[in-house]
Amino acid sequence: MTAKAAGHDDEPGIAAGEAAAGTRPVAGARRAALGDPLVELLFRLGDDRLILGHRLSELTGHGPILEEDIATANMALDLIGQAASMLKLAGELEGKGRDEDALAYFRDAVQFRNCLLVEQPNGDFAQTMARQFLFDAYSVLLLDELSRASHAGIAAVAAKSLKEAKYHLRHSSEWVLRLGDGTDESHARMQRAIGALWRFTGELFVADEVEAAAAAKGAAVDLSGVQARWDTMVDDVLARATLRRPTDTAMQRGGRSGRHTEHLGHLLATMQIVARSHPGATW
Amino acid sequence: MEPTPNAPADETALNAAFEAKIAAGDSIEPKDWMPERYRKQLTRMMSQHAHSEIVGMLPEGNWITRAPSLRRKMSLIAKVQDEAGHGLYIYCGTETLGVDRFDLYNQLLDGSAKYSSIFNYPTLSWADMGVIGWLVDGAAIVNQTVLAKTSYGPYARAMVRICKEENFHKRQGYEICATLAAGTPAQREMLQDAVNRFWWPALMMFGPSDKDSPNSAELLRWRVKRKTNDELRQRFVNLTVPQAQAIGITLPDPDLRYNEATKNWDFGEIDWAEFFEVIKGNGPCNKERLAARNKAHDDGRWVREAATAYAEKQAKKRQTEAA
Amino acid sequence: MSDSHWPLWEVFTQGAQGEPFEHAGSLHATDAEHALQNARDVYARRGEAVNLWVVPSTAITASAPSDAGPFFDPGNDKAYRHPQFYKVPRGVKVF
Repeated sequence: MTAKAAGHDDEPGIAAGEAAAGTRPVAGARRAALGDPLVELLFRLGDDRLILGHRLSELTGHGPILEEDIATANMALDLIGQAASMLKLAGELEGKGRDEDALAYFRDAVQFRNCLLVEQPNGDFAQTMARQFLFDAYSVLLLDELSRASHAGIAAVAAKSLKEAKYHLRHSSEWVLRLGDGTDESHARMQRAIGALWRFTGELFVADEVEAAAAAKGAAVDLSGVQARWDTMVDDVLARATLRRPTDTAMQRGGRSGRHTEHLGHLLATMQIVARSHPGATW
Repeated sequence: MEPTPNAPADETALNAAFEAKIAAGDSIEPKDWMPERYRKQLTRMMSQHAHSEIVGMLPEGNWITRAPSLRRKMSLIAKVQDEAGHGLYIYCGTETLGVDRFDLYNQLLDGSAKYSSIFNYPTLSWADMGVIGWLVDGAAIVNQTVLAKTSYGPYARAMVRICKEENFHKRQGYEICATLAAGTPAQREMLQDAVNRFWWPALMMFGPSDKDSPNSAELLRWRVKRKTNDELRQRFVNLTVPQAQAIGITLPDPDLRYNEATKNWDFGEIDWAEFFEVIKGNGPCNKERLAARNKAHDDGRWVREAATAYAEKQAKKRQTEAA
Repeated sequence: MSDSHWPLWEVFTQGAQGEPFEHAGSLHATDAEHALQNARDVYARRGEAVNLWVVPSTAITASAPSDAGPFFDPGNDKAYRHPQFYKVPRGVKVF
C-alpha cells in the first residue's frame, strides 16, 4: 500500500462503488494504519478465502466429471468456512457490532482486502486449477506461520485452516501436473493459465505497514521468507509438470488496499443481491 | 461385469430360483442370475434416478452464488454436492448390472434418457431453495425410504447411504421456509409464491397415477418397488399438510381436506397433461438443463483426456524405471 | 484417444482406528493417487473414515453364486469350530 500500481488504478470503473468512495490508495493506507492491524490482517485472510470460495462455488455442478464436482465443492466449503471464522474474529476485534455476514454482504468492493488473484474468473479448468495452485501454495505457507502466532485467536483459526489448505494444495498441484504433462492441448492451456495469472502473484508477498503493525500485536509473518519457499515449491511443481515459469511479468497490485480488478464488483453484485434487497431481514 | 449367459434349457429352473429368492425377500446380488427384463427395468430405473440427482444440481446450483448468508451458502453447496455424490453412488450401483456409467451418461446428454420432471422447473427466488428442500426432498425421501428395501442389493445399499445423508436436506429446506414465514412481508410473499409454484410439480414426482403406470405391476412383483405411486403420493401429502399449517403457509389446492373415514388428506386432480408435456421435453427448463449438462461435459472433455494421458505416461515411466 | 472411460475403483473405509475396512462404494479415477483423492472427497466428506483403501475393480475376484453351496455350506455343520460346542463344568467362569 505504500506504493500504488501505476496505470492500473486509473482505469475507469475498476470496481463497483469505487468512484463514489473516491479514495486514493494512499488514503486507504492511512485508514488501515489507523485501524487495528489485526482486523486488517483478518480482512485480508478472510476476504481471500471468501472470494476464492465463491469463485469455486460458481462451478458446483459444472465440473469436468462428477468426482471433480464433489472435490471442488469441498474446497469451496472449506474456504468459505475459513472465511466465516476469520471475518467473525475480525468483527469481534473491530468491536463495531459487525458479524461475518455483515462483513461479507454489506461491504463494497473498495472495502474488500482480498488479493487480485482470487477474484479472477474461473476461465477454463486450467485457469481454475492454476489459480487454486498459486493461491494454495501461498496459503499453506502463510497459515503455517500464523498457526504459530502468539495471538491465540489467530493461531487457532490458522491452524484449523492449514489442515484444509494442505489438502487443497495436494489436489491442485496434482491437477497442475496432470494438465501440464497430459496432452498437448492441456499443456498449452495450463501454460497459458499460469502466464495469465502470474501478474497477480507479486502482490501476495508485498509487505506493508499492516504486516509490521500486526507483528507487533502478536501475528508476525515473514513475507519474504514465505516468498522464498513459495518460489521453491512452485518451481518444483512447474518443472515436474513440464511448464515454464513466466519471466519479466509486470506485477499488478492493489487488492490489499481495495483497488481491485473489475471482476470483483460483478462477483459482489451477485453475491450480495438478496441480502441487500432485504436490509434487516433474517435468513 | 458380463451378464450371466442364459442357457435356454436352464432358464426355467433359473427363473424359478430367482422368483423364489424374491418371494423369500432375499436380495439379488450382481453375480446372481436374473431375468433380462429385471436387469433392464433396474438399469432404467436406477439410471433415471442417478440422472435426476445430477440434473437436480442445476436448479439449486442456480442460487449458490446468491445465498443471503454464509451459513446458507455453505448448506446449499453441501446439499448440491451431496446430489453429485448420490448420483455417483447410484451410477456405480447401476454399473454392477453390466453397463458403463459413461454410456448411461451419454443417454442423458443426448436426451434419450428420462429424469425427474421436477428439475425442469425454474428457480426464481431464494425461497425456492427452502421449498425445494422441504417439498422436493421431502417427496424424494418418501420414495427413497421405501427404495432402501428394494430387492437389488447394490441399489438398496446406495439408498441406505443416501437416506442417511439426505436427512439434513429436508430439514435445511424447512428451516429456510420457517425463517421466511416468520420474516418480513416480502419474505412471506416470496415463500408463498414458491410454494404455489412447486406444490403440484412435487406431487407429480411420484409418477403417473397407478392406473397409468405401465411398469408398476412388474416392479412391485419383483420388489424393486415396494409401494405404488399413489400410495407414496398420499403418504407425502399426509406428512406435508401439517408442516404447512405449522408455518402458516397455504397449499394451493382448494380441494385439500381431511377425510375422517380414510384418515388421509384428500387432494385435487393433478394436471397430468402438464406432467406428460414436461416428461416429453417441453417443460419450462428442459432445454436449459440439458444444455448445461452438455456444456460441462464438452468443456471437460480435454480435462478428462489429459488425466488419462498423464496416468498412462506415469505408468510407462514406472515400467521403464522398473526394467 | 477415448474420452472419459476412466477405470473403476472400489473404495474401502475404516471408520475408526482398529476397526475393519468396509466396502463403501466405487468411483472412477485415472490412477491410484487420483482414486485416493476422489475417495476422500466422495466417501469421507462427513468424517466417516480415518483410513482409505482403493483397489482397481478389475483386481477383485469374487466367488460365484453357483459356488455358494460348495463354498459355504460345509462351514455350517462344523459346530466344533464354535466355543458353544464344548461343555465346561458348572461354576467355572473363566470361559
